[in-house]
Amino acid sequence: MKTLQELQEIRERTKAALVNRKVCGATEADAASESGAARTHVLVCGGTGCTSGNSKIIHDRLIEKLAERGLDKKIQVIMTGCFGLCSKGPIVVVYPDDSFYTHVKPEDVDAIVEEHLVGGKPVERLLHAEKDADGVFKSIVETDFYKSQKRIVLRNCGVIDPENIDEYLAYDGYKAYEKVASSMTPQQVIDEIKKSGLRGRGGAGFTTGLKWQFTHDAQGDEKYVVCNADEGDPGAFMDRSLLEGDPHAVIEAMMIAGYAVGATHGVIYVRAEYPIAVHRLEVAIKQAHEYGILGDNALGLGHKFDLELRLGAGAFVCGEETALLNSSEGKRGEPRQRPPFPAVKGLFGKPTLINNVETYGNITQIILNGADWFAKIGTEKSKGTKVFALGGKLENVGLVEIPMGTTLRTIVEDIGGGCPGGKKFKAAQTGGPSGGCIPASLIDTPIDYDSLMAIGSMMGSGGLIVMDEDNCMVDIAKFFLEFTVDESCGKCTPCRIGNKRLLEMLDKVTKGEATLEDIDKMEELCYYIKENSLCGLGQTAPNPVLSTLRYFRDEYEAHCNGKCPAGVCKALVSYKVDPAKCIGCTICAKNCPVNAISETADKAANGRPIHAIDPKKCIKCGVCASKCPKGAISK
Amino acid sequence: MTQENDKEFAAVLESLKDVPGPVMMAMQKAQDIYGYLPMEVQLKIADFFGVPLATVYGIATFYAQFRLEQPGQIKIAVCLGTACYVKGSGGVIEKFQRLLDVEPGHTTADGRFTLEATRCIGCCGLAPVLTVNGEVYGKVTEDSVDEILAKYNNA
Repeated sequence: MKTLQELQEIRERTKAALVNRKVCGATEADAASESGAARTHVLVCGGTGCTSGNSKIIHDRLIEKLAERGLDKKIQVIMTGCFGLCSKGPIVVVYPDDSFYTHVKPEDVDAIVEEHLVGGKPVERLLHAEKDADGVFKSIVETDFYKSQKRIVLRNCGVIDPENIDEYLAYDGYKAYEKVASSMTPQQVIDEIKKSGLRGRGGAGFTTGLKWQFTHDAQGDEKYVVCNADEGDPGAFMDRSLLEGDPHAVIEAMMIAGYAVGATHGVIYVRAEYPIAVHRLEVAIKQAHEYGILGDNALGLGHKFDLELRLGAGAFVCGEETALLNSSEGKRGEPRQRPPFPAVKGLFGKPTLINNVETYGNITQIILNGADWFAKIGTEKSKGTKVFALGGKLENVGLVEIPMGTTLRTIVEDIGGGCPGGKKFKAAQTGGPSGGCIPASLIDTPIDYDSLMAIGSMMGSGGLIVMDEDNCMVDIAKFFLEFTVDESCGKCTPCRIGNKRLLEMLDKVTKGEATLEDIDKMEELCYYIKENSLCGLGQTAPNPVLSTLRYFRDEYEAHCNGKCPAGVCKALVSYKVDPAKCIGCTICAKNCPVNAISETADKAANGRPIHAIDPKKCIKCGVCASKCPKGAISK
Repeated sequence: MTQENDKEFAAVLESLKDVPGPVMMAMQKAQDIYGYLPMEVQLKIADFFGVPLATVYGIATFYAQFRLEQPGQIKIAVCLGTACYVKGSGGVIEKFQRLLDVEPGHTTADGRFTLEATRCIGCCGLAPVLTVNGEVYGKVTEDSVDEILAKYNNA
């Protein structure tokens, strides 16, 4: 148990020790620490992406090597949350030199220690390749990837050690709760959140302050605050990165929410597929207990607040709030009829506030900097920033946070670096299986709730997948629908059976067996499903079909005429050997898994027999085309 | 199923006695201990918490995470999240299916390989991604399938 005074001392002490570690976007002067704390800081990314690339081994080996060199007191090595630029991982950053190393391998550790940390000269071959006009390597915040970003939610990701509460405290940690519990009434807190204009980041975009007000106004002896960390949208990892990089920010926000709505107990419902996030949350909750931040008398300010984790078990529908409540109670995660809304009758039948991880990520900053500061960022109806997980056909894949209203072009071309291999940008999908696509013609659309809704897509939780000319839009729609059919809980008929029938029709399209009338029927069915399903999953499931129909109807029609323009749908593709290019090397025949390729009587210029593919045997795996040294086999 | 497992699980059940909504938590712990949820274990959970077996079985079949079959020694999980899918993970899993002669979600007849199609595992920067017994392989191609299988077949 620490007093407020002691916490303040920890803040100041840790902050002084971290002065050389620049916060993204800040320009603190380089000042050697006087307190005897480490001068040089080596930050290793400990997000899931970089961890899969062995960043833990890099971290451990750095510590080992520095200890051998007797530098372990002067140089601090920590593992942070996600830096964001996952496609360049594993990432290592050295402060105060601002050296930004990418694609680091465990065997590069010796060079970093000997040449840079001992020798004082950064290892150029490992530095991120971007240089400024003077030919100097750019620091992480100057790169194209970071330049257009504004980090509010992710402010501590890639800056602090998420498993060390002192570092969170150093950057004004738990000050927002202190302010709220010592100088504001619950209603004042709610008014501040309302005034900020913050809207839910989970997808639907409901005004957060109103949700708080409803839960506050509900009658009940006991209330709950729940954090929805069941990030099921395939290709989205915003919530995971925030929980991994800054778990205390979510805990503090839930405490503030608890104070505002009158709840003493919080539940974080998190996917079991996120082991690192679960571990860091457990560590953070334990540390907050030790410091007396969580507990019967939180921060010694007279209010009780406690937190527990509940793990999901792999069901997409549990991201829907009422399904999440059922699952938190240990039941099948089927959605409930609304009303009553969770604010009135939620977890274990008590009034419950449910917000998404990223929504909570904004709360402390709104309290500390004021609602007016927050409301100045973004557009008129969409305030603040939004975190996106960029994926798919982009040079720079990773996690970005941009002010609302930034155009898709800025995201795809400036931050994302465009499609690799000079391919043409075709469309971006937002909102995952519940969202829709944005075609290349609308690349200048500002990203905010209402603009996206107007063009038939949605903000969603923040997955943004880019597709190029090689992707078939019908195939993508089918991919998402397969997902929702698989994840439909089966409770209501329009979703359970309607989506299944829709998928069968879509399957017919990809096989070239559909007619133009079938496409009209599909469209009609989409609207029935949307209007009649019980929960958000069913109501939004046809969106990918509707939006691809809206912008890429020509591709659907081409399929009806027996063609897949992108060459993806197997039934409509056939491989052929170009006799003019074939040199009879037999590589294709040797690699064919079904022996569909054989010699013909014709001879190539070198006298060897030209090969041909038997379309009856061919399974269209494409191995022959990828192996042919002359590029003689094509679709 | 050993006696030690049974003992460990009995302690888990005891620790969940006063927790509200305990059934799913007990099932998650049971799977950690036994590797899957055999019928005897489901019965044990139902008896302990006084709920019908149908409730436990209903939860087990609702969530993708729960396994009712004993898994193979080598678990290959191919990510079919969107980022991986647009980069070709569909072809990768098909090749495993063909070479191992097993459908996703099932185990080969000899009990060696379990093939799974997983939801996004969040390493989208490494797409397409697959894991073999938890070890991550990033930026895989259909050619990597041969290499990976060769590695485990020779091991």
